[in-house]
Amino acid sequence: MTYIAKPRLHHPSLVKNKAGYTRRDYEGAVSTLCAGCGHDSISAAIIQASYELDVLPHQIAKLSGIGCSSKSPTYFLGASHGFNTVHGRMPSVMTGANLANRNLVYMGVSGDGDSASIGLGQFAHIMRRGVNMTYIVMNNGVYGLTKGQFSATADKGSISKKGVANSEEPIDLVSLAILMGATFVGRSFSGDKHQLVPLIKAAMAHKGAAFLDVISPCVAFNNHPGSTKSYDYVREHNEALNRIDFIEGREAITASYDPGTLTTVRQHDGSILRLRKLGEDYDPSDKVAAMKRVQEGEADGEVVTGLLYVDPAPRDLHHHLNTIDVALNTLGDAELCPGPAALDRINASLR
Amino acid sequence: MKPTDIANPDYFHKVVDCQWACPAHTPVPEYIRLIAHGRYSDAYMINWKSNVFPGILGRTCDRPCEPACRRSRVEDEHLVKGKKEPVAICRLKRVAADYKDDDGIKAGMPKAPAKNGKRIACIGGGPSSLTVARDLAVLGYEIVIYDQDPKLGGFIRTQIPHFRLPESVIDEEVGYIVDIGNIEFRHKKVDSLKAVLAEDYDAVFVGSGAPRGRDLDVPGRKEAATNIHIGLDWLSSVSFGHISKVGKRVIVLGGGNTAMDCCRTARRLGGSDVKVIVRSGFEEMKASPWEKEDAMGEDIPILNMLVPKEVTHKNGKITGVLFEKVKAEYDAKGRRSLVPSGEPDEHHECDDVLVAIGQENAFPWIESDAGIEFDKWGLPKLNETTFGSSHPKVFFGGDAAFGPKNIIWAAAHGHDAAISIHKMLIGENPEERPAPGVNIASQKMGIHEWSYDNAPTIDHRLKVPHRPKKEALKDIMAEVELGFDPQLAFKEAQRCLNCDVQTVFTGTLCIECDACVDICPMDCITFAQNGEEKDLRTRLLAPAMNPTQDLYIGGDLKTQRVMVKDEDVCLHCGLCAERCPTGAWDMRKYYMEMTQAEHACRKQ
Repeated sequence: MTYIAKPRLHHPSLVKNKAGYTRRDYEGAVSTLCAGCGHDSISAAIIQASYELDVLPHQIAKLSGIGCSSKSPTYFLGASHGFNTVHGRMPSVMTGANLANRNLVYMGVSGDGDSASIGLGQFAHIMRRGVNMTYIVMNNGVYGLTKGQFSATADKGSISKKGVANSEEPIDLVSLAILMGATFVGRSFSGDKHQLVPLIKAAMAHKGAAFLDVISPCVAFNNHPGSTKSYDYVREHNEALNRIDFIEGREAITASYDPGTLTTVRQHDGSILRLRKLGEDYDPSDKVAAMKRVQEGEADGEVVTGLLYVDPAPRDLHHHLNTIDVALNTLGDAELCPGPAALDRINASLR
Repeated sequence: MKPTDIANPDYFHKVVDCQWACPAHTPVPEYIRLIAHGRYSDAYMINWKSNVFPGILGRTCDRPCEPACRRSRVEDEHLVKGKKEPVAICRLKRVAADYKDDDGIKAGMPKAPAKNGKRIACIGGGPSSLTVARDLAVLGYEIVIYDQDPKLGGFIRTQIPHFRLPESVIDEEVGYIVDIGNIEFRHKKVDSLKAVLAEDYDAVFVGSGAPRGRDLDVPGRKEAATNIHIGLDWLSSVSFGHISKVGKRVIVLGGGNTAMDCCRTARRLGGSDVKVIVRSGFEEMKASPWEKEDAMGEDIPILNMLVPKEVTHKNGKITGVLFEKVKAEYDAKGRRSLVPSGEPDEHHECDDVLVAIGQENAFPWIESDAGIEFDKWGLPKLNETTFGSSHPKVFFGGDAAFGPKNIIWAAAHGHDAAISIHKMLIGENPEERPAPGVNIASQKMGIHEWSYDNAPTIDHRLKVPHRPKKEALKDIMAEVELGFDPQLAFKEAQRCLNCDVQTVFTGTLCIECDACVDICPMDCITFAQNGEEKDLRTRLLAPAMNPTQDLYIGGDLKTQRVMVKDEDVCLHCGLCAERCPTGAWDMRKYYMEMTQAEHACRKQ
């Protein structure tokens, strides 16, 4: 951690976005995580993405569970709503919050312990319910707060700092999320903001359950030779399938590409994701192919990154439940107490 | 770009903008920190060693350091609630002089060793000669200083009014030099260089200044001569008490600092209607902005774009000055010329005119066959490194060398000339200059503790308290500026960003985790593919817009990228080093001292 607060002085070229805020306005308190923690980089990417999307800070709700990763919402979006839940229970709180006020942008921040161990059940259910949110797992493969035991996402055969090999099978949250019905699934790396920031932006713009698995090296306990979640290992084995270059409708097209190198995904709300292919031909809207490709990568020891699966026409929880279009807190007496005539009608329908 | 060679002492020196801009390269941040700690004597001695006249310069310096100060580039008007302003470096220097332990300083001053048998003459008793005397007396040389005035100090004593610089400060700081020993002062106007050379000195240093004030050449000048005074001479006469009165209505011609001193002096000698009239525009005036401000603060208007055309007089007595109104026109190359605006001439009545339209070098006492060659501007032909002239034994410095400059330049020249003289006299080549003394050390005190206050303040620049105007104008000896008190000085000192505490990067330790990039409040660190400087400057997290400031390039990274740091806006807050998990960043204090004659044999 750091003793002094980040100085408020800033670069002279710092500019305000359309919402009237500078990037610095989306920051939070100074981080108390270990120096070099990948989580801080993800926090910086969330700040950058929120700034670039011109979101009003008070229109974002950030929720988290317990763990190093779940501490991080203190370090970004200081002017947004925050909720630190019981361990592993962030998904149910977020589901409730989203039902009560559908107008906010929901961001869930969790870790591999919070989501893949104690909260695995909640994780599966929030994905299958299709809550409109961006769910980010800062995945480092260890329990950092308790000094580096393997977590459920640690790869089999990966060596701990103490020198012990992991004998258990890993839980792949990406495969699980696709399987459970998440409609936007990606994987990235805390050390590659060029890939990560556009992915977070696209996820925040997605109107359904968006899940991002972000490999985030634990500098204190999982950044040694033999670890499969270290900076060096991820850089060597990173197999990026694509890069989101821009989201049309929001940003002007600034670059031109050779035909055939772009994949275009038109989403339900009219926005268009332009994906630059890196190497192989990969169609992220094909769910079965996506699951196959992720599993193949797993078998080959690759860390497959990029936008892995997107359903261009997502349906969210509010759609399934056929709820009212406005936030519940905007309903007045007239809607909430429709009077004896309405009660009579309901009673009559039950007779 | 190639990785930055931080072993070159110039690289980090340049990052310390104030020190780099100072002609004497005084280690500014170091003494400002000492002032904040209340260690005024230590702060004073750093200054004394480097610029010889801390108390004098702390009141009068032209402060080339302040426009260079990084603070004025990184402040945010909304946060500090005021203009972007540099640290008040000059006035902090005065604090060191005001609050030092006088007895301790005096006791600790160097003393001359046994004479080494070599004799040096210094012509002129101003700052450059005094610097030469100080640097060489401590090495055993016997110094003889000649000056036409009864006391040492030169222009410091004769040109700067005592309400800006009390005489006691001059006496004190000249005293520190003379008290070293082996320094003899001869009150004598030198009228022949050959006569001085005939006295068999081992070297002669000419620090005779630029003593001639330029005169006005317009009709009526001769007829009204009794009431027209050359500013330089007039100030000198005031300083020595020969003049104590001036007319009620005074016109000061000229826009430099001498003009400002003339008008403010006139206000104190009975001038109730004093105005400064300049040929050029107000903005182009040579006077320092703060001196103009002080003059205007004493109810002295500055009228511009007026060229004197004629002095009007009646019965041998001045009645006023007639001015032609001009305007500025620029040619295709952007050069300015003043052309008549066509408006009617303006007549300003007055009782006295003070002419401060420039000063010139004059060497009537150097015989044409003395062996000194001059250029077409009447300045001696000098070796710009050694300050040596065409005569092997004669060196120049201060205003006598390259024309009128400031005290701080004179001190810098003095140091350099002293090195040359010493090297010549011990049989070394004066062209080979000694390397600066550099000490670079980590400032890490604990996991998150540094030896300096690394949290930048957002206070705006503090004003130095002034004596009330009414009181100040009554007494020509009453110092106008009262100086910072210790509390104000502490607050102002805390505005210093400690630019001498350098961010040092070691690529082999870096794991490229981006922690430094994420924490940097100024967005000045980027990891990027290497490229040409011009291209790199545009590809950074925040564009590097100031080409006068270097990019720090760090190599040896596993991804083959480079670390690029834009030095321009770095706050030296140390957060990059604090957030670095591997110690690839470290905050190291870079203390650089120019080498003086004492260690002239230090090799580059």
